[in-house]
Amino acid sequence: MATTQDQTYHEEGTLTHDMHEEEHHHGNFITTYIFSTDHKMISKQYLLTGIIWAFIGGLLSILFRLQLGFPEMDMTFLKPLLGKWITDTGTLDPNFYLALVTMHGTIMVFFVLTAGLSGTFSNFLIPLQIGARDMASPFLNMLSYWFFFLASVIMFASLFLESGPAAGGWVIYPPLSALPQAIPGSESGMTFWLVSMALFIASQLMAGINYITTVINMRTLGMSFSRLPLTIWALFLTAVIGLLSFPVLFAAALLLIFDRSFGTSFYLSEIYINGEALPNIGGSPILFQHLFWFLGHPEVYIVLLPALGITSEIIATNSRKPIFGYRAMVGSLLGITILSFVVWAHHMFVSGLNPFLGSIFMFLTLIIAVPSAVKVFNYLTTLWKGNIVFTPAMLFSIGLVSVFISGGITGIFLGNSAIDIQLHDTYFVVAHFHLVMGSASFFGLMAGVYHWFPKMFGRMMDKQLGYIHFWATFIGVYAVFFPMHYIGIDGFPRRYYSFSTFDSFNTFADLNMYISIAAIITFTAQAIFAFNFFYSMFRGRLAPANPWKSNTLEWTTPRHPGHGNWPGEIPSVYRWPYDYSKPHAKDDFIPQHIPFSETPESNLPHENNLIGIEQEGEETSKVDEPNAK
Amino acid sequence: MTGLIVGIGVILVVVILFTIFRILRLINIARGSDKKQASSGNKANAYLMLGFLIVSAILLTWYSVDEFETYTVPVASIHGVEVDRIFWITMIVTGVVFVVTQILLFYFSYHYRYREDRKALYYPDNSRLEVVWTIIPAIVLSLLVFSGWKVWTDITAAAPEDAEEIEILGYQFAWTARYPGKDDQLGNFDYRLIDAENQWGMDFTDRSSFDDFSPLEIHIPKGKPVLFKIRARDVLHSVYIPEFRLKQDAVPGMPTRFWFVATKSTAEMREETGDPDFNYHIYCTEVCGRGHFSMRVRLVVDELEDYMAWKAEQQPWLQANPDYLAKVPHDLKEVAVISAGLDQLENNQAEKEN
Ligand code: HEM
Ligand SMILES: [Cu+2]
Ligand SMILES: [Cu+2]
Repeated sequence: MATTQDQTYHEEGTLTHDMHEEEHHHGNFITTYIFSTDHKMISKQYLLTGIIWAFIGGLLSILFRLQLGFPEMDMTFLKPLLGKWITDTGTLDPNFYLALVTMHGTIMVFFVLTAGLSGTFSNFLIPLQIGARDMASPFLNMLSYWFFFLASVIMFASLFLESGPAAGGWVIYPPLSALPQAIPGSESGMTFWLVSMALFIASQLMAGINYITTVINMRTLGMSFSRLPLTIWALFLTAVIGLLSFPVLFAAALLLIFDRSFGTSFYLSEIYINGEALPNIGGSPILFQHLFWFLGHPEVYIVLLPALGITSEIIATNSRKPIFGYRAMVGSLLGITILSFVVWAHHMFVSGLNPFLGSIFMFLTLIIAVPSAVKVFNYLTTLWKGNIVFTPAMLFSIGLVSVFISGGITGIFLGNSAIDIQLHDTYFVVAHFHLVMGSASFFGLMAGVYHWFPKMFGRMMDKQLGYIHFWATFIGVYAVFFPMHYIGIDGFPRRYYSFSTFDSFNTFADLNMYISIAAIITFTAQAIFAFNFFYSMFRGRLAPANPWKSNTLEWTTPRHPGHGNWPGEIPSVYRWPYDYSKPHAKDDFIPQHIPFSETPESNLPHENNLIGIEQEGEETSKVDEPNAK
Repeated sequence: MTGLIVGIGVILVVVILFTIFRILRLINIARGSDKKQASSGNKANAYLMLGFLIVSAILLTWYSVDEFETYTVPVASIHGVEVDRIFWITMIVTGVVFVVTQILLFYFSYHYRYREDRKALYYPDNSRLEVVWTIIPAIVLSLLVFSGWKVWTDITAAAPEDAEEIEILGYQFAWTARYPGKDDQLGNFDYRLIDAENQWGMDFTDRSSFDDFSPLEIHIPKGKPVLFKIRARDVLHSVYIPEFRLKQDAVPGMPTRFWFVATKSTAEMREETGDPDFNYHIYCTEVCGRGHFSMRVRLVVDELEDYMAWKAEQQPWLQANPDYLAKVPHDLKEVAVISAGLDQLENNQAEKEN
């Protein structure tokens, strides 16, 4: 350990030098803002792209909520936007409804909550919080963003195809997704989807390798794993999950491409469609489901873990208390990481899966609820006897805990295969995952943006607008998704274009209308955020060095950290990141780079023993670093 | 014109909002409240937390109690009762956890709001507590899973010998059923034999096929096990009958099955729901294309005697489509004619002509 640490340190010493020089002859516009290799700029690129995608994805959902809430509505006024997808009688085309649902899901899960969330915060926080100058491979990092960008362009273009974008649901189950004769979305729309996702996966893998290597190899002196902020733990484990599961989705997609274009039969067997018996025999649609969910389930944690990491940090900071049970928090993250790989078939209880396998996956699934519960209890205990400052970030973090509880609870129903028979593919599932994954991760994203905006742009976002944004969003997501539980318990299937043809399912016209109105208001309220974000970027109050009085290393950088982050040497780390309100301390926080030798009044007995070691470490590092200033 | 007015209106509103925003901001800066660690907004948020908790608790209770009938589906199968039982047990157990944790969350947020004169408690861990709240959820969950597992194994166990076998076939965008006829044996099928009339790909080299029939409306008996043998012809579909708590995907190339016992006839359900137009339907719950949302077929639950009577009346498919006799191998022709009741048909016709 010590030797590698010293070595990195050594190399970074020289790096400091280079960086410092570079700062004097500033890069041009293209190298600074577009093909930048600075992790902070790449992070902002991810964030901006993610925000744009979020608005597109949200808009799509408003379109299909109009259809569900107001089935009789004359949609002619949407014709300028949707063209032929609005029929001459002013109704939405059912095929396009499915395309909207599919693209909404794909965009939100992959482009917003995977790339937008991990991409932004892994890039931004990993080097800043572990004390590194940049990612292990800044070039690969840049490449990762541009692959993502390319994937985005292709996915976006598919919206405008003559035959429409992919329409088989975000899970793209074959044979529907394999047979163009089954649905127009499986013509070129599906090809675009697959190509885009292949690029997306490549982007995620490049990013993930980088995050993992950086965390393992480039921590500053003293930043042992047991002193890592929980954000870093979460982002690190997210990258591990992604690295292990995305390749499986790639394989699934590749085989689907073969089935679609080269006449293979991986997923196709005994199909008679449009008056024609296809030659394919021996394939299995279930195989695809296994491969898909082998990524699909870990994916939900790829989306969730960064949000949990972000909130852990924010809740501790703004409760002015150490996070309760740091070890248990790390342990439950590890538990979730491992277990997330062994529960995938709970999405397939009624797919024709062997019932015995169903039993196994039921047991495994409910085990994963335990670490999730532990996290909730720890958040609650962290708030207990705190001194809570409601920054907008803190509000979103508390909101996250609330929606995470609500959505996690329903997971216990769905994980029970006997109960899932009735609830599978109903609105109950829609409510479940929108709360536990959609809302929770979105809240994590928002919390992160509000919290680290000052570091990203050197200015503060407006607090009051943040409050309004939070309450509108928080009330909004509950208003939209909570009623869906009732609709689901009543058996309404999901991905239905309309319920008006169903006499026994027709009891919720009012509730559906109300949900749609709530959705429109909540979506509109996001404009407050957009305004606050862009306005504050240029006109916000200048940020103080450490606006939230936080302990982590990023707040030791200058207001506008240059390429290389710290102008001088990288600070060393002497303590864990959660020394908030330590008894007898002068302030209610002690940043990680303050040695114990400077805080004799608040040290715990075992910490006093560390003082000697601390000083030794400093001496070696001085000797090792010729460029130190 | 209206577009223009709406446009101007929107712009006006935005401008006004922006002005208000600017003014409030200046006031805040003048007051210096933007520099304090926790401004007056902090208290307001704390009260909002409490308010949110109370208002949503009221709404939740009101709707859950008041609309109970609206959002629950009457149950009409033996295993369905079991499913409902563990559903509601889970609801109670998790409901308690839900209520307690949400109350603590919002109450703590409210109660421990920032005060300058107070310092937070430095309380980094407590191993005993951690162990307790790892083990208790583990035990509770195990109990829930275990009861679910028992129900699940019962539901998915092999169907009883005497079950009525019915083949349910899904295709874009409808369901159709095939019954085994008098011999209680469904004939073989092969998807390559499917054509416009022979939707199932019935194989007429198999003698069991001769008396198979396919009614316009699906009937099943009450009180007797029914085994659905489920197939799909083109893409995935999923057989779904909410009142029976029954769902099973239909997979091309891989027949699936689901057995159950219906406990309420259509007539009884009409009485129970007070809806004289009530009907059971098979719906589709796996997205299958444009017509997915309207893919359903009516299903009638009869008393056993009525069912038997109905079944006896049904006409074998081959009888209605005698052209397909040509596909029957030579040595089986005679059997086919008898099984399909084509001989009687001829006799009857002959009699009529006389
Ligand atoms: C308490 C732990 C959880 C359990 C036991 C659980 C269980 C389940 C089960 C069994 C399903 C399949 C339901 C069905 O399709 O019939 C499901 C669906 C889903 N869950 Fe969870 N879940 C849990 C937590 C989570 C978390 C933390 C996330 C995301 C962050 C999540 C995201 C999803 C998504 C996206 C789906 C729907 C996928 C789809 O069909 O489109 N779940 N959950
Ligand atoms: Cu899952
Ligand atoms: Cu369908």
